[in-house]
Amino acid sequence: MQRLSIDPITRLEGHGKIEIFLNEDGNVANTYFQIPELRGFERFCVGRPVEEMPLLTNRICGVCPEAHHMAAAKAADAVYHVDPPRPAKLLRELLYSGFYFTDHTTHFYALGGPDFVMGPDAPVAERNILGVIHKVGLEIGGKVIQARKYGHTIVEYIGGRKVHPCTSIPGGLTKGITEEQRQEIEKMGHWAIEFAQFTLNLFNEIVLGNKAYVDLILGDIYTHRTYSIGLVDENNKVNFYDGNVSVVSPDGERIGKYAPSEYTDWIAEHVEPWTYLKFPYLKKVGWKGFVDGKDSGVYFATPLSRLNAADGMATPRAQEEYEKFYSVLGGKPVHQRLAIHWARLIELLYAAERIVELATDPEITSDNFHKIPTETPTEGVGIVEAPRGTLTHHYKTDERGVVTMANLIVGTTNNYAPISMSINKAATSLIKGGTVVTEPMLNMVEMAFRAYDPCFGCATHSLPGQMPLEVTIRDADGNLVEVLKQYC
Amino acid sequence: MSTNGKPKFAMYWAASCGGCEIAVLNIHEKILDVDANFEVVFWPVAMDAKYKDVEAMEDGSILLTLFNGGIRNDENEEIAHLLRRKSKILVAFGSCANEGCIPGLANFSRPSDIFDAAYASITTDNPEGIRPQPSYAVPEGEIHIPKFYPVLRTLDQVVPVDYYMPGCPPESHQIAAVIDLVVQVLQGKATLPPPGSTIGAGGSTVCDDCPRTRNVKTIKKFVRIQDIVVDPNLCLLEQGVPCNGIATRSGCNALCPKAGAQCIGCYGPAEGVLDYGARLITAFGSVIDSKDPEEIERILDGIPDPAGQFYRFNLAASLLRAGKASWESN
Repeated sequence: MQRLSIDPITRLEGHGKIEIFLNEDGNVANTYFQIPELRGFERFCVGRPVEEMPLLTNRICGVCPEAHHMAAAKAADAVYHVDPPRPAKLLRELLYSGFYFTDHTTHFYALGGPDFVMGPDAPVAERNILGVIHKVGLEIGGKVIQARKYGHTIVEYIGGRKVHPCTSIPGGLTKGITEEQRQEIEKMGHWAIEFAQFTLNLFNEIVLGNKAYVDLILGDIYTHRTYSIGLVDENNKVNFYDGNVSVVSPDGERIGKYAPSEYTDWIAEHVEPWTYLKFPYLKKVGWKGFVDGKDSGVYFATPLSRLNAADGMATPRAQEEYEKFYSVLGGKPVHQRLAIHWARLIELLYAAERIVELATDPEITSDNFHKIPTETPTEGVGIVEAPRGTLTHHYKTDERGVVTMANLIVGTTNNYAPISMSINKAATSLIKGGTVVTEPMLNMVEMAFRAYDPCFGCATHSLPGQMPLEVTIRDADGNLVEVLKQYC
Repeated sequence: MSTNGKPKFAMYWAASCGGCEIAVLNIHEKILDVDANFEVVFWPVAMDAKYKDVEAMEDGSILLTLFNGGIRNDENEEIAHLLRRKSKILVAFGSCANEGCIPGLANFSRPSDIFDAAYASITTDNPEGIRPQPSYAVPEGEIHIPKFYPVLRTLDQVVPVDYYMPGCPPESHQIAAVIDLVVQVLQGKATLPPPGSTIGAGGSTVCDDCPRTRNVKTIKKFVRIQDIVVDPNLCLLEQGVPCNGIATRSGCNALCPKAGAQCIGCYGPAEGVLDYGARLITAFGSVIDSKDPEEIERILDGIPDPAGQFYRFNLAASLLRAGKASWESN
């Protein structure tokens, strides 16, 4: 049996590896997407005070520490049965919206977007952010840097630091913002809305205006009919910071909504011996293996699933784009995974609009940003939408608020099964007996998982938008037949 | 040697969160200085990672390597040895590589307990008790994942380290200053500090950068941050909040205390401190306003997690290095 090893970021980078086995005919027999790392947070959070969870679990991910900070803080609120004052919730959501704006911008311009702006078969040397700058114009590079700076500034004003924020505590925050900071954030928010609209226009022009791209998006290679999940507010609109999790079937039927405290009724995790990461699935449907359809509990949690699981967006411009999205793609739900890129931009616009809404709320500069907890701490669950999927933190504590159990279901982990399936399907469709594996072909396999913006240990991010791949082809005896490399 | 005549630069992450990379990217235009003065040969987050090319390089041919992340598995260790061989100057970059950081708290636990927490959790459906295996025979052949070590180690517990740059993550202004220094050294305008030095940080404690008012520190009880209305101008420790600034190296500009949150110690031990926890215990002990053993006990009970409080970032580098459970399984 032949074997292809695709190592994102090379063999020993430690953050994700794909094994493709071929049968005697040279067709794909099976694929394995392995995650080679475990750090053990769920164990060593035990014994620590619950108010430290927003600080310790930050360190799961330096790319999205804001998400862990928020989920942990909300779980700690729940542990203490304390409802933070409204200004505290507004400030946390404002911090979070600033973070989303930066994160989604980075993904589109540096990671996922180059495939579309430049084309999946463009020369490797051009298929990166520099290529985008050359094609769209030099000023776009400056705008992307500006967008990152603005987002980080909002995070720092409210979270105290640019990386690993430190201000969320049970009952609210340790600080508020000044009127000067508020004005500055409002200004950045207006700029962000313009930038998001500009980005959506760019996507419209370059991607939707090109039939080949539209065909690629709508093609079968990148389609999986799985369940969709996402956090929604009381009106069933997408919300990143708060609400209940809506679960929608492959047919588009909402089979239920769960509150954070009910997550164990809905989500379970499957273990395989060949990887350190678990595979979450819908408990009510059950684990049926790496298959899609209504009878398989596999779900996905991404910008696209959030749109599928909601009834719309809570801000006017994003709502317009939401309606357009489903009218162009033929109604809800959308299963074509490359549409995640488009959905991400609709969320980008929502995050920008939300920054302005929150920054202009009369209570945002209030000093009432903390409520001292008075109840005995017990147990709590906090859920936010991380950019890469629904993030659940669950803690039990003793009566002093010291953690006795921690259970974390992290953003990208939700998508481990669907990503594995997407890789399998792309590889099976593209690698056939007798064909020569080419660089654009590898990129098409890579696109299958890049759409999810996977962040395994935050390490599969590669700034030039090009994840280096190396495919080693071995014969049945393990002899090296060929090595193909794809570098920036 | 270098194809374009510029000295070579590398940056690598082992068991880490990626925050160090983000901190480097946050130096913005200074990144251009790196590009202008170095040939970047290996930096997974920013460019292709030609691992085999690194292997093929002459030993010592990379001038400067910033290594972040702890040594959690055999793969991390293998890369640490490789980059040590290839690098003239190896910098332990960030808290994980320096002192183990938060993931080092795993050293209080047996690996079997760490695995149980992950693979026998309340949401895990695992009736057969499956645990990940370094080598596993799937029907099509054998596949591998790195071997999980009993304890997490710091970089200098695995290979010799030339310089230490602390912080979780190192603050961007400190990174920019270090890059400036190295550029000046390359231009012959400055010299490198003595090997073994801590760079990109201050020589005193976080307290020295903290704008809060300090009086004579004496406390009758420890309080937890969520349980009080914090005075925005007074020293947090004087208010009873167990702030670690007093034992922690300066360099961050006291960001957390300025934001109303206690220092949690991410810049590691202050200059000359042999064991961070021991230093902090002494410091906390000296502010307790009592001579009565029973009252002192009561006051100390206000710290619900002494092990975490005193060794939150520093356990793997401490004199203890790990808890008994972890050593026994080694």
